[in-house]
Amino acid sequence: MRLLNQPVRFSSLTRLVLKALIHLSAIGYLVFLFYSGVTDNLGPDPVDTLLNETGIWAIHLLFITLLLSPLAKHLPSPEPMHFRRMIGVYVFVYACSHLATYVLFELQLDMALIASEIISRPYIIVGMLAFVLLFLLTATSFMRVRRRMGKRWQQLHNSIYVITGLTLLHFSWSQKTFWQEPVFYWLFAVLLLQGRIRGIVLQAYTRWRRRRVKT
Amino acid sequence: MPTPFKPSVKLTDNDVTDKNVYLNRRQLLKSMGFIGASSLLAKSAGAAGWFWEDEKKTDMFKTQPLSFSTPDAYQISETLTPQAKVTTYNNFYEFGTSKDAPAKNAQGLQTTPWTLKVDGLVENPLELDADDLTASFPLEERIYRLRCVEAWSMVVPWIGFELRALLKKAAPLSSAKYVAFETLYSPAQMPGQKSRFMGGGIDYPYVEGLRLDEAMHPLSMMAVGLYGETLPPQNGAPIRLVVPWKYGFKSIKSIVRIRLTDKQPPTTWNRLAANEYGFYANVNPRVSHPRWSQSSERRITTGGLLSRNRIDTQMFNGYREVASMYKDMDLSRFY
Repeated sequence: MRLLNQPVRFSSLTRLVLKALIHLSAIGYLVFLFYSGVTDNLGPDPVDTLLNETGIWAIHLLFITLLLSPLAKHLPSPEPMHFRRMIGVYVFVYACSHLATYVLFELQLDMALIASEIISRPYIIVGMLAFVLLFLLTATSFMRVRRRMGKRWQQLHNSIYVITGLTLLHFSWSQKTFWQEPVFYWLFAVLLLQGRIRGIVLQAYTRWRRRRVKT
Repeated sequence: MPTPFKPSVKLTDNDVTDKNVYLNRRQLLKSMGFIGASSLLAKSAGAAGWFWEDEKKTDMFKTQPLSFSTPDAYQISETLTPQAKVTTYNNFYEFGTSKDAPAKNAQGLQTTPWTLKVDGLVENPLELDADDLTASFPLEERIYRLRCVEAWSMVVPWIGFELRALLKKAAPLSSAKYVAFETLYSPAQMPGQKSRFMGGGIDYPYVEGLRLDEAMHPLSMMAVGLYGETLPPQNGAPIRLVVPWKYGFKSIKSIVRIRLTDKQPPTTWNRLAANEYGFYANVNPRVSHPRWSQSSERRITTGGLLSRNRIDTQMFNGYREVASMYKDMDLSRFY
């Protein structure tokens, strides 16, 4: 499916301006949240609001990065891909803020509590796993590293789908009942990724068939 | 002769937080002058929508001033949670699952007429109408700690009367062992009862229960107001239970029926997840919830992110006088 006849292209100035805007909004919102939080202007419980906002926006940004490659294909345009690394890094920045809020302001650096919560709360474990994977992706997001890693880079970065699953599980699990907001996020993720999930499953299936035929 | 009941918490009331501190928060926002921040933020109004829409709305529920006494025994020196926080940070899934949803969605709740029935195993079944709720018993203000199972807490000046006064009027039969409570069921007014997504998928009406001795304890209170006025709907208008030594979900809101029974009544959260929420739900720092440690809590008062508001949770939320009711029970089993 092609939406436009001509591929969309930006001038380098447009690209620069767009990137500046993304930086400004992403960092601006974080600065705003923390500033309002510190001055007690972030709702009845600033910690709760900050946890929710950083978490939910990490997920929103994650969804945006997952939207970029289909967008590039269907527009068509090479432009969305110029923004993917940047937004991907902001997923990590928001996840960092989320974790920092939890450790600094929710648990307030009570080390014994931090240790026991990480060990014994399944939804925290799942969230931490997603965070570690996100860290790996961020650390290998530089072009130099990417070139050096060759084929393994794509394999590692396919774990973004695992991260999506873990993150949504963390979100669902943190709620007291199932029928809440996360359900919509799961639906959206399945819609967004159905093609890619089918691709991965089919690929695995054919590989398995081939191996069986050989033996 | 029985000695009169003396609560363990007995201090003076002089730390009331100034309402103006809270009301000035918008000024701080305006003074920031962050370019484009407001338009950027408007999109994510969901959770942080608090600061954009608290201009006094004309269709706000009208609360009425109450007259009441303020017995010294129930004043405490801990900083109160500001009224604006008590009335905008609520779990009341009938009006939505987020903390700010009840304040937004409950303003249209009709509390007149209202009928509160007291029946079941009683000699003298009662029906109280809206006026009876505030007129049948002398009202008093009691400052109680409220400890939520989600590991946050508040300090709230409730106005109401002892549950035992109401129960005595109904005269429980000797066969009565438990007290069952029921919230209003009105899907037309309560969007959470109409839609599973709004109401978190729990079964309505919300029901709660106490053992009769718990219900007869002088600390157990029927609240009809807070901060000097009748309850706003998000806090459980026109009448709710307040049991300060138990997690907040036991303190059922907007009650229409109280029934004395001989069997332990079902309770909403226990029915939903028995491994997470027990019938007793006594505040207990030693028994953690699968999702939260209960050993400490964050006290919501004033002060932003940097205020160190995590405090140790006390057994029975500090109301140690209730301990004798549970002395032969394994509280890690009967959580």
